[in-house]
Parts: sequence; structure tokens; C-alpha cells
Amino acid sequence: MSDDSTPKKATVGTEEDGPELVRFDRVTKRFGTHTVLDSLEMTVYSGKHVTLIGPSGSGKTTILRLLMTLLKPDEGTIKVGDAYLTHEEKNGKLVPAGEKHCREVRKNIGMVFQQFNLFPNMKVLRNITEAPVHVLGLDKGAAEERARGLLDLVGLTQHIDKYPSQLSGGQQQRVAIARALAMRPQVLLLDEVTSALDPELVAGVLDVLRDIAHTTDITMLIVTHEMNFARDISDCVMMFDQGRVIEFGTPEKIFSEPENDRTREFLSAVL
Amino acid sequence: MNNWSWEYVRDILPDLLQGLWITVQATLYGSLVAFALGLVWALLLRSPSRWVTWPVSIVVEFVRNTPLLVQLFFLFFVLPGWGLTFPPLATGVIGLGLHYSTYTAEVYRAGIDGVPEGQWEAATALSLPRRRTWTSVILPQAFRRVVPALGNYVIAMFKDTPMLAAITVAEMLFRANSIGATTFDYMEPITVVGVLFVVISYPTSLALRALERRLVR
Repeated sequence: MSDDSTPKKATVGTEEDGPELVRFDRVTKRFGTHTVLDSLEMTVYSGKHVTLIGPSGSGKTTILRLLMTLLKPDEGTIKVGDAYLTHEEKNGKLVPAGEKHCREVRKNIGMVFQQFNLFPNMKVLRNITEAPVHVLGLDKGAAEERARGLLDLVGLTQHIDKYPSQLSGGQQQRVAIARALAMRPQVLLLDEVTSALDPELVAGVLDVLRDIAHTTDITMLIVTHEMNFARDISDCVMMFDQGRVIEFGTPEKIFSEPENDRTREFLSAVL
Repeated sequence: MNNWSWEYVRDILPDLLQGLWITVQATLYGSLVAFALGLVWALLLRSPSRWVTWPVSIVVEFVRNTPLLVQLFFLFFVLPGWGLTFPPLATGVIGLGLHYSTYTAEVYRAGIDGVPEGQWEAATALSLPRRRTWTSVILPQAFRRVVPALGNYVIAMFKDTPMLAAITVAEMLFRANSIGATTFDYMEPITVVGVLFVVISYPTSLALRALERRLVR
């Protein structure tokens, strides 16, 4: 049975898991005439780990970039917790969100990029403390203590005084993970975080992420091509095609007995 | 034709060296004005509002496309008529700084554009305020890229300082010219001025290249 014509409403978790954390309500995003997201309806409850899979151009990364406010939706609304990310309520009316409101809601979200995007002009320590000090208002000592704890978690304590250019790609990505976590976000977005790494460095980064997934209650939205990793840490896998969720479910179900032909095709190509 | 006289050179050298000091001052202060004002232009030109970018780009293009000498004459001979009078050296510094700021603006623009998009995205992802993004992420990276190009403009400005002679700044060429006018012997003073320019600008350009290699690493 495969019915591609009706978009699915994808819900991950229930109210028993905690509050609803991320909600896409009929979100559409177009680039020119190309529709990358087609009226997406998606709800993720607190603490869930969701992996987005699908062919390139199917809209997975767009979802993360919309949540990070790096893109604006053409239609629909996005909510993070109780607040609209894309809009704000003024006199009972929903109006497009201003920069200040955006920044406030965005604080709850952290992102790790494919290309790490560490600040090359800052040492590892300051890469991690910069935002806690200047966004959360932590004093320097507290921010550094937090940074040291996170560097310990990602196994890079000895590199604290180095510049990013002195580190390997895998080490840089682990610093980037620490930098995102230093903001104590409720939601962590992982955008193909191992795709730019040399093969021998991938495992180290994935181990760190597994550790975080299993020991914290942070909510994760993950775009990855590492299917084994997705199987290990996901509560839910969503298959995207042409801007729509065409199938979603537990990793066991999606990877072992997918219902949709497109999912089967995709998985046989990547597994 | 006269013969070269070292004695004559020795007599006029102190005066020319004083002129060199004026030349160096004009260049240094002019550079500071050009560096600061160029950054202001570059940032204003990135404003989302057309009401800012249009007037600024008109001013910048106008200044860049008129000769420095015309601008110096305007500042020195026209502005006093409107009640704005500056001493010759200050006028020269303003003129050089303003003129070269239109070039440094372009240098900054390229430097800022050269900072990868991912840096802006990382700053957004961390919710860094806009101001902090500029001062701690974007500009420090842009400055590294622009140092060599800015240095080249300092050297170019240095070699343009003789134009200040036309507005009575007592820099090297002005003095050489005055000496020649009294002795009727221009060969030594003008030659020494040329040599002094080389003595300063060539080592400076070598130092710049060394700095550039260091920064690129």
C-alpha cells in the first residue's frame, strides 16, 4: 500500500512523554518554483529523537534550517514549546515575528552543521563560552566551567587552548557539539554532521552523540546518512520524498518492513 | 648641464628630511581616516534600507571618480569661502583620507563578503546579537583578509602626498621646489626627493608581502 497523494501528519511521542516541543503546522517552503516542503504537519514531543531520511532535495535539511530561523517558511506556522517561532502574538493577532522575538525562541534550539562552522578567530574555549556569556549572560567563570565539563564529555579537554585550525575535522565537530550544548538547548538539530568527515573520524563523533542521546533528555532532530547510527538512537524515523513525509515509524519498522515503495527503493540504495 | 654636487645635497638634506616627516605624518593620519571612514562606508552600504545605501553609494562613487587634486583644491580654496578653514596639513589629511576611504570601503566589502556564510549561520544558531556577531565573529575574520590590500593603499597614498604641495603643505616636494626656486638648481633636490620615496616605500612593500604570507598561513 502506498499512497503518495495525501500528506501524512507525523506525530512523534505522546503527551505522556512530556510537553509538545516542536510543531510544524502546514508549513510550505518553496525555492523559486520548486516546492521543498509541501504543507508539512509534524509534531515532536519532548525528549524524542527523530531522524529524517530521504533522497537529497526531499526537504530534510530545510526543516532544520527553518527551525534554526536560517530560512523563513512561505506558509504555515512553526511552534517551539508554547511560542511561535515564525510569528508572535500581538493584541491577539498572529503577526510575522520580529528579530527580538525570534532570538528569544531560538535560544531553545541548538544546531550542529555539516561544515562545523567553528569561529576560526577564537580558541576552542571561547568558541564554547562566547554565546553563554553574551546571550545567556553567564559570567565568564561559570561559562568556562560549563565549557570544561562539555569538553570532558566530548573528550577534548587537552585541546582547550587550541585554535580550530589546529584540530582534525572530527575534533572540530566535537567542539561544535559542545558549543551547541553549552546553550542548554531543549532541541538539538544535527545536519549531516559526519558527512564532511574522513571515514576514520566518523565513529568518534557518532559515539559522542550516542552518549548524549542516551544520557540526556534533549530532543534531537537528525539528518544523517548513517543508518546504523539512526537505528541506534532514534525513537522515530521519517522518510521524506518531494517535500512530504511519506512514511514514519520506529527504526525497526522503517528499516525492516517499510510499507512504501519509495522508502524501500531509498533504503536499498543506501544500506 | 650641472654636475652633481654632494655638498649641495648635504646642505639641503635637513630641510628635505623635515619635509619627509610631514609626508609621513600626512600618510599616517590620512591612513587612519581612510581606514575608519572606509569601514563606515562599507557597513552603511550593507544596510537593508535603500535610503541609506543610495546616498552613501553616490557619495562614494563621486569621490572615487574625481581626481584627488580637484578634491584638495575644493577643500583648500572653496570651503573657506563657506567659513570652513583648516590648516594646510589638516586639509591634506582630510583630502587623502576621504579619497582613499572610497577604496578601502571596497576592500572591506570584499573582506566581509569573504567570510563564509557558515559563520553567519553559526552566529544565528547561537543567537548571538547582531552587534556581537559583527564585532567578535565577522570583522575579526574580515580584517585578517584585508590587511595586505589596505597596506597597498597606504603605499599608494604615500606616493600621492606630493600633491599636497599644491595646497602649500610643506612636505618634501614643496620644499624641493622652494629650494630650486632660490638656487635655480633643481637636479639635486628633486632627485633626493625621489630617492627618499623609494627608500621608504620599497622596504614597506617588502614588509607587507612578508606580513601577507604570515596572515595567509
